[in-house]
Amino acid sequence: MRTTTPRQDLLRGIWRENPVLIHLLGLCPALAVTNTVANSLAMGIATFFVLTGSSLLVSSLRRLIPAEVRISAYILIIATFVTVADMALAAIVPDIHKALGAFIALIVVNCMILGRQEAFASKNTVGRALLDAVGTGTGFLIAMLMMGSVREVLGAGTFLGISLFGAGFEPWVVMVLPPGGFFTLGFLLLGLSWFERRRARRQAVPGGAPALRRAA
Amino acid sequence: MSAPHAPGQGGAGPPGPARVAPGRLLATLGGAGAAAGALIVFVFTVTAPAIEAHRARRLDEAVTEVLKGPARYDTLYVVDGALRAEPPAGAAAAGSERVFRGHTADGTRIGYAIASQAPGFADVIRVIFGYDPASGQVLGMKVLESKETPGLGDKIEKDTAFTGQFDGAASPLIGVKPGAGKGAPGEVDMITGATISARTVIRIINDALDRLGPALAADSGSAP
Repeated sequence: MRTTTPRQDLLRGIWRENPVLIHLLGLCPALAVTNTVANSLAMGIATFFVLTGSSLLVSSLRRLIPAEVRISAYILIIATFVTVADMALAAIVPDIHKALGAFIALIVVNCMILGRQEAFASKNTVGRALLDAVGTGTGFLIAMLMMGSVREVLGAGTFLGISLFGAGFEPWVVMVLPPGGFFTLGFLLLGLSWFERRRARRQAVPGGAPALRRAA
Repeated sequence: MSAPHAPGQGGAGPPGPARVAPGRLLATLGGAGAAAGALIVFVFTVTAPAIEAHRARRLDEAVTEVLKGPARYDTLYVVDGALRAEPPAGAAAAGSERVFRGHTADGTRIGYAIASQAPGFADVIRVIFGYDPASGQVLGMKVLESKETPGLGDKIEKDTAFTGQFDGAASPLIGVKPGAGKGAPGEVDMITGATISARTVIRIINDALDRLGPALAADSGSAP
């Protein structure tokens, strides 16, 4: 197994191995609930909480969970945190809870979370699992906010509900509808890939050590 | 939680090395399940009052809105097609339909707020509306719950040009294409791109009035 420093554990999930933009995991919420910035933020924070809690628990119980039932045990742990997050959101921010609807419960099947348990938390110490979860969760939140900002600004002419363009703006409604999610994600990935290629071409000359390669 | 030597369901898959006793698999999942259940019950107990309070407040705001700011309102229960001030006894109490009767400060009846629902385009649409049996007019309409398409179907709650039409519309309501109305008092302009959602809202109100109309007419309307 490749060894990494704690710093890399924390940082790689944020950008170099961003779960949504690089690994293309967790796309269901990234497409479905990013129609406003507030929804994206709430979904990002809820997922962050579930991921961090699950990683902590899975990593501390990793010697107790038999390999045969590990997936069931992970899902059980994840589902418990999701239910807690669901109830907490309903009690604290009922309007956002209403807007997110079934997608909070669907965090359970977000493969990004299960992926981190299987690939990292179940094989590493609690501290490193925590760093990894915080990094990945932050990366997910950043990706959600990127999607949400673009879609809300173009599709509704607002940012966090504040009108940006005045009454003359005709909202580009398709951007807050499901197709807008696909357009936004597609253009984000296109832009990132273009950026990444340009960077790789520039680095090709010195031929330095590509310590952090794209996992995808 | 489970006997260590219980045969169980045989947790390990097809061939695989059978290193772990089935009892241990059962104990692991059983124990984790019990712990998870206990945690969820705890969080539920902590959050339930706040969630219930939010729901009650949302309903209270909606009743106030569709009755155009009553000084006070009474909760009535629909029992066997008649309005009663007391909830029906026994197990039926929780599920029984409620109607809210609003009064002005001097005790004059404003009308009734009625919540009803029907399947819309995406999921069940829940609507509350005010109705005055004396004039036969709808006083106002508010969508309590809907999962209609953002940007299209959700105009039934966000488009004030649509929701405003219910203030003072005569029942039964008639949905018409925008601009195609003949000026009849019960006409409501539908929404382009949200035909099914708008039609559902109109149907919910008409159906509820068909169902509860006799009970409302029979209600004395005085404060209990």
